[in-house]
Amino acid sequence: MKRFLIVDDSKVVRMVARRILEGLNFETSEAENGELALQACRAQMPDAVLLDWNMPVKSGIEFLRELRGWPNGTEPKVVFCTTENDMAHIQEAIGAGADEYIMKPFDSEILESKLTQIGLL
Amino acid sequence: MSPQDFDFVAQLLKQRSGLTIGPDKAYLLESRLNPVARKHGFAGLNELIQALRLRGDQSLTKDVVEAMTTNESFFFRDTKPFDQFRRLVLPHLLEKRAAKRSFRIWSAACSSGQEAYSLAMILKEFDSKLTGWRVEMVGTDLSTEILDKAKEGLYSQFEVQRGLPVQLLVKYFTQEGDRWRISPEIKRMVTFRTFNLLDDPTPLGQFDVVFLRNVLIYFDQPTKAKVLERVAKLMAPDGFLYLGGAETVLGISDKFQVLPAERGIYGLAASAQPQRAAASA
Repeated sequence: MKRFLIVDDSKVVRMVARRILEGLNFETSEAENGELALQACRAQMPDAVLLDWNMPVKSGIEFLRELRGWPNGTEPKVVFCTTENDMAHIQEAIGAGADEYIMKPFDSEILESKLTQIGLL
Repeated sequence: MSPQDFDFVAQLLKQRSGLTIGPDKAYLLESRLNPVARKHGFAGLNELIQALRLRGDQSLTKDVVEAMTTNESFFFRDTKPFDQFRRLVLPHLLEKRAAKRSFRIWSAACSSGQEAYSLAMILKEFDSKLTGWRVEMVGTDLSTEILDKAKEGLYSQFEVQRGLPVQLLVKYFTQEGDRWRISPEIKRMVTFRTFNLLDDPTPLGQFDVVFLRNVLIYFDQPTKAKVLERVAKLMAPDGFLYLGGAETVLGISDKFQVLPAERGIYGLAASAQPQRAAASA
């Protein structure tokens, strides 16, 4: 079973994402900011990360840049899932190594189609 | 809605579009036709159906048919057919059409254009190999309203996230407020035309690839057979037909055979070949 780390400061978003991902047979864990997400990755590297942009302590983009700098940090697929829905943010995310990008609001169909695109389903 | 009213509308839809709806779809009729009733200033569905019965109003009839036949579409729907197109169909065409350097693709019942534009984006990947080639892509639909949307090439945030890889969003779309417009270079690769699948498709010309996905499911058996028969007549002898995942030719038409190990893609059956060859000779 593939492991998905859900990183979002909103408990509600984490819960919604968890339900969808567990319904797709992923094992999930959660972190509420980029710093805690890095700690989680250090402890056990997930197969994929669903990542919010704006979070306290450490943002999603800061997390991604740091993660991709690690020797094994290119392994997990990273899917941004954020309200930042403009081209500049999308390009910045891709530049930092994001594999996919979801603009909130999202539904299970969008998440599923994005995961299919990057070979997770 | 009374059973008589339901039967009347169902019959009208069958005649005009081939769409078959059973009584279990009465809810769909109500949810889709209520906006049409409002648009035409009727108090409700009963008034709308009464007007259809009495006046035979063509514009009202057209709106009713379009509302019932317009279906959801999204980019790279089901993924696999597009992988097959990239891996199998395009290399075949590049080899077999090398002499005339041209081929034609038909996206039948193309709705708001996502299928045709997805194919255009794949063709762009092959740009260097297709230099000097003439590739024609035709998208057709019964609904002029939905074709206007396809021609406009402007999609909501939801639409561009269903199936479209983000790299292609960045490459081929520009943002306009909360919507996304497809680039002119992709748009000009597709021609959109109004066409009813119940009509004779001969004027559309011959095609090397036909995408007829998720359309036959709405037709009854005789209509499916008739549509497939006509599609067979305008396909190149070594052409490809794509059907939707829930569709098949088995038990409906002997003009096609499924490609070995390639579920969802069909070629012309041997029995259909001589007719085609003779017609194109």
